[in-house]
Amino acid sequence: MLELKDISFSADGKKILNHINLKIDNNKFIVMTGPNGGGKSTLAKMIAGINIPTQGKILFDGEDITTMPIYQRAQKGVAFAFQQPVRFKGITVKDLIALSANQQINEKKMCGYLFDVGLCPKDYLKREVNTNLSGGEIKRIEIATVLARNAKLTIFDEPEAGIDLWSFNHLIAIFQKLREQQEGSILVISHQERILEIADEIIVLANGQISKHGPTQEILPELLHKERCKFCIRQEESI
Amino acid sequence: MNKITKKLLSMVSDMDDLPENSAFNIREDSSCAGRHSTEHVEIVGKTDVPGIDIRIKPNTKGESIYIPACITKSNVDDLVYNDFYVGENADVIIVAGCGVHTDSEESSQHNGIHRFFLEKGAKVLYLEKHVGIGKGTGKRFINPQTYMELAENSYMEMDTSQIKGVDSTKRTSKAKLEKGAKLVIKEKIMTHGEQFAETNFEVELNGEDSGADLMSRSVARDHSKQVFRSIINGNTNCMGHSQCDAIIMDTATISAIPELTANHIDAQLIHEAAIGKIAGEQITKLMTLGLNEEEAEAKIVEGFLK
Repeated sequence: MLELKDISFSADGKKILNHINLKIDNNKFIVMTGPNGGGKSTLAKMIAGINIPTQGKILFDGEDITTMPIYQRAQKGVAFAFQQPVRFKGITVKDLIALSANQQINEKKMCGYLFDVGLCPKDYLKREVNTNLSGGEIKRIEIATVLARNAKLTIFDEPEAGIDLWSFNHLIAIFQKLREQQEGSILVISHQERILEIADEIIVLANGQISKHGPTQEILPELLHKERCKFCIRQEESI
Repeated sequence: MNKITKKLLSMVSDMDDLPENSAFNIREDSSCAGRHSTEHVEIVGKTDVPGIDIRIKPNTKGESIYIPACITKSNVDDLVYNDFYVGENADVIIVAGCGVHTDSEESSQHNGIHRFFLEKGAKVLYLEKHVGIGKGTGKRFINPQTYMELAENSYMEMDTSQIKGVDSTKRTSKAKLEKGAKLVIKEKIMTHGEQFAETNFEVELNGEDSGADLMSRSVARDHSKQVFRSIINGNTNCMGHSQCDAIIMDTATISAIPELTANHIDAQLIHEAAIGKIAGEQITKLMTLGLNEEEAEAKIVEGFLK
């Protein structure tokens, strides 16, 4: 489905991604982890088209999308959940979910997406996606909008950042449901052991390079043994 | 009533037909194109100046009153004085608004001077839309003036918008509030091309526990210019808030000029103003949902002015 060929990216004279080669197959749940500053978010944004690589190619379903604008990639089936969700004055939760679904969507379905992320639809559909929402609320709404995309490839950039333990448990349930119901692949950037545990594959990105990539049963024990103390924590311990 | 009036009416008042059971007065090119009173709402023409008196009986509930004005051609200079007398404990909706159409190089203008006198406990929702249309190069001017006197425990909310086609507007809204009275003004303006829009709010909070909330949201595109002035005088124990929130685009200019004066130790007055361009991250977010840059920008503006 997605193939990155020899991808490099530099900004302000600093090399952030260094000759990345990666293949993501259909219907996989993949978690990318690694130390902060290792290039994970940069790589995720590159797949969504927010960053353009300085070298290399990105293929999506065999098509070269390396320089394709963000919105065209979205139309082809790439969805992206921001680590720091964006706020809008005047645009409501309902507006944003309807835009995400890109089709006529009934209120019942919209409510379903909000319910999935642990929000009472009655209280939220008409609310503006503005600064009155707390960090946890807007994060859940961001995830709801991405669920509504029903995309071939859904990317979550640290979905656990800024949410409480109750929401985190919901998040795990959402990912499990996505795996069961959605046809497509999911790429999650995360440091959380409980998210790593449910992955099909784990990618470790450090210093702009992929240091490990393989099935969870191979990579996770290695990470827990060698590198857990560096960047991989249980959610319960982090709050 | 001609076709252009019908089109303008649907734009400013959402009216496709004359509202049979409501009181209304339709002004077309400085003349009356239709008038109707009801049991509780009497509309009569003034004898000294152009305009009408609208008298709403005490305790009138749930009625909507339509007072739109339309200018359908170039070279019309319209001036009208409309006075609204709202009886004690009445609770009504007043739909005004003005549309100006020009069809040649000659300009047209509407100057509507509306005065509201709310008696004790009266409640009014006042809706006012302004639009300009037509292929003529003549300028379209709309200069509304609204004067409000709010007696004890009365409430008035004014929702006013000007979204397109008006070349120049000077909007003045002045109010005096007595004990427990509340005033809310929500203004939405979009200017483009070489348009100019000036807003002047001036509120005297004279009665104890009176309050005013004045909010303006605007978008200035192209080379247009906007000025927002907001004066609140807190003369007793009262609460005043004014807010100017504006998106600036292209080579437009926006000024926000607050003037708060507390003449009493218990007057609480706040002004907030934010002017800035559309944040790049907002456009990026909407692009990740499949909208191109222009569509994303339009959606952000549409939401902002909704």
